[in-house]
Amino acid sequence: MATLLEMRGITKEFPGVKALDRVSLSVEEGEIHALVGENGAGKSTLMKVLSGVYPHGSYTGDIVYDGEVQSFGGIRDSEAMGIIIIHQELALVPLLSVAENIYLGNERATKGIMDWRATRAGAARLLARVGLKEHPDTLVDALGLGKQQLVEIAKALSKDVRLLILDEPTSSLNETDSAKLLDLLLEFKRQGVTSILISHKLNEISKVADTITVIRDGAAVSRLDCRTGISEGDIIRDMVGRSLDDRYPPKVDTTTPEVAMRVQNWCVTHPLHSDRQVVKDVSFHVNKGEVLGIAGLMGAGRTELAMSLFGRSYGSHITGEVQINGTAADLSTVRRAINAGLAYATEDRKTYGLVLDDTIRRNVPLANLSGVSDGMVVNREREAEVAARYRTRLNIKSSSIEQETVNLSGGNQQKVVLSKWLFADPDVLILDEPTRGIDVGAKYEIYTVIRDLAAAGKAIVVISSEMPELLGITDRIYVMNEGRFVGEMPTADASQEKIMATIIRSGDRT
Amino acid sequence: MTQTTTNPDNADLPPVQVKSSWSFLRGHMREYGILFALIAIMAFFQVATGGILLKPVNLTNLILQNSYIIIMAIGMLLIIVAGHIDLSVGSVMGFVGALAAVMIVNFDIPYLLAGIICLFAGAVIGMAQGFWVAYFKIPSFIVTLAGMLVFKGLTLWLLAGQSVGPFPGQFQLIASGFIPDLIGSGKPNVFSLAIGVVVASIILLLAVRSRSEAAKTGSVEEPFVFFAAKNGLIFLALIYLSYLMANFRGLPNVFIVMALLIAVYSFVTSRTTIGRRIYAIGGNEKAAMLSGINAPRLTFLTFANMGVLAALAGLVFAARLNTATPKAGAGFELDVIAAVFIGGASMAGGVGTVVGAVIGAFIMGVMNNGMSILGIGIDWQQCIKGLVLLAAVIFDVMNKRKA
Repeated sequence: MATLLEMRGITKEFPGVKALDRVSLSVEEGEIHALVGENGAGKSTLMKVLSGVYPHGSYTGDIVYDGEVQSFGGIRDSEAMGIIIIHQELALVPLLSVAENIYLGNERATKGIMDWRATRAGAARLLARVGLKEHPDTLVDALGLGKQQLVEIAKALSKDVRLLILDEPTSSLNETDSAKLLDLLLEFKRQGVTSILISHKLNEISKVADTITVIRDGAAVSRLDCRTGISEGDIIRDMVGRSLDDRYPPKVDTTTPEVAMRVQNWCVTHPLHSDRQVVKDVSFHVNKGEVLGIAGLMGAGRTELAMSLFGRSYGSHITGEVQINGTAADLSTVRRAINAGLAYATEDRKTYGLVLDDTIRRNVPLANLSGVSDGMVVNREREAEVAARYRTRLNIKSSSIEQETVNLSGGNQQKVVLSKWLFADPDVLILDEPTRGIDVGAKYEIYTVIRDLAAAGKAIVVISSEMPELLGITDRIYVMNEGRFVGEMPTADASQEKIMATIIRSGDRT
Repeated sequence: MTQTTTNPDNADLPPVQVKSSWSFLRGHMREYGILFALIAIMAFFQVATGGILLKPVNLTNLILQNSYIIIMAIGMLLIIVAGHIDLSVGSVMGFVGALAAVMIVNFDIPYLLAGIICLFAGAVIGMAQGFWVAYFKIPSFIVTLAGMLVFKGLTLWLLAGQSVGPFPGQFQLIASGFIPDLIGSGKPNVFSLAIGVVVASIILLLAVRSRSEAAKTGSVEEPFVFFAAKNGLIFLALIYLSYLMANFRGLPNVFIVMALLIAVYSFVTSRTTIGRRIYAIGGNEKAAMLSGINAPRLTFLTFANMGVLAALAGLVFAARLNTATPKAGAGFELDVIAAVFIGGASMAGGVGTVVGAVIGAFIMGVMNNGMSILGIGIDWQQCIKGLVLLAAVIFDVMNKRKA
């Protein structure tokens, strides 16, 4: 078989972060090539380089496709060569029909006048190819997620695809739909279409993939050939195998026997789909002085759990009980949750954490304005003093407390969010992906703050998809998968393999 | 050792001052730009009209003509900062004026009682609209567009298509009265001048105090030259304006009402927790709600507040015209909204100041007035005003992009 695609020494840098470091990827014609790695390892970035989302010139290295060096200036260029990418978030217009969606941007038309007959006929043919029996005039809105995924694939087929890239196509599908999709990939393989499959689900990969490239920390670490027989253990080891060195502050276990928060039988239903339970009967506790970790893959329900606890900011039909410091806590609104001693620093600091147009001075006291006010009036002197104190304490790099947070780097923005919650002085602090998209130096500083808080008797819950981080800073870890807590272990006994194995075993069981 | 670098040090000012003044000016072009624009426009018309613009009679007229726009712009600023819009204010203003006329002229209800009922009606109208916006998440554009039609219709119904008037003399004084001269003989109005001097001094004093407060925490950014120039200019301008008006009949009653509203709302927006929270929900509603801020209730309150201010403007307008007409207030919402945006508020919410909105209203007012004096037709006036609005917002956006 000939090599269809070869990416050589691809390096892509963002301000302050090297997302890809001399990554090479080689895909044979007619194979299914799996790309695996942890969240943030650089898989999606690599595919964006390939498809021209990051145009030629914004990265270094060569893309050799079909025997020639390519310089794609945008998605249109790569699509013209038959490289089609289907993103994790579907790009369909819900209120247009299936046929309209399939030909969106590529309409069957003569001189700008739609040819509806060709559109419908073409769509029907493509739908048959992906095994969908829906009428082409059906609105996409009316289809389930699994069928929408198939419509995306039909759309890809309409563009004479030679290399199909699927970014976690089954992450939101149920078992049957996933199986159907994988069968379809195998069918395409027989028809000569080459695919790149990005996935976390190792059982799926071992089912369909011919070769596997493992990416870790922006570098391709290994290329495995499935035809020679490899085990899931090999893949997991390559995915997570990195040294912890001194990227974490020294861990001193400050856990006290006193329980700070106890959650019992917590259940949350999806806000729109009342038949989908997102958090299923979760019970846990965290002690004073303890750093507790919640591990799991994206979509496991960790953020939903945290946000539903914090003033019911997510979900419906929430049931269960929470005790903080031994007494039943009323968490029915955010204000009450804060008053009960709970704080939640969000994973998405730009959307949910900061008022970006405002200065550091105005963001820090936002969750505790009464702490800087005399009655209704904000005491600007005290406010500035508080902001300056946290700016120094957390080493927020900025020109002054009057700098707008939109102009801060990710790490410093995260420090402002942390400052806000530290100033609210909670007993239990939930940190959701506290170091996402932050450089190593700022990470260390944030870890130090977390350990200091624990030493001061606070209870900290860290939600993270980065397992080394959980192993590096927590005292105890719960593993969450598909809405349930499926394992609990002291960090001393935990390893990345053990956590991954717990997740995968629980997935196989269902 | 990082400690020393993070602590801002304000002892090293003299050598870098000139350069830092420039960079400060460039960084704060948005705030100063609008003030410069007003001064430039006033200077232009002062020259072009041969000095008529700042004649005491005309200046007084200018303020009377724009008082209701300014009153509504204050309320609109809060709405826009909170991330919404209110298209109904013109209609609500007309409706309240009609309500006042019907009550006072047709039913002989004492004007004070009628005034209170009108303000209350305004609050209810604001709440009715705010209710849908805040608690049902209906876009404010649509709710208030509906409100605009409804209250236009109700005004017509209330007045039965006719103008109703005139009002009793006492009521007219809201809009056309002047504060009596308690000190001198009334020509010039020494008391008005004294008020001007006292207010200007208080403003200067407050500015000095807040700067020294900021200096204590080391968060002074504005170079001293700018601080002195800006506040000196405001101080002198206020005294000069009150001197001009004292030479006519003194300060109008409406002016006092307006000044009080500006002072109170400036304070509320910049210094109180409520103000802080309104900016936060406009800047990022999700983040604000996750910080424990009750965004729906605040949105509801900003609309209620807008209703009251629109009602007040309605009373002032009716009193000024001395009749309530079915056409009153038509299109005023656009002037009000334009004033707020010229004043530097952002369509996306979270940005804007009361003083900016007031200056924006004066820019529109001075242009209206100046162009009328010059005899420019209403056709070209509209075009020019439209272009000025566009230019102001383009300037704002470009500035933001640069920063």
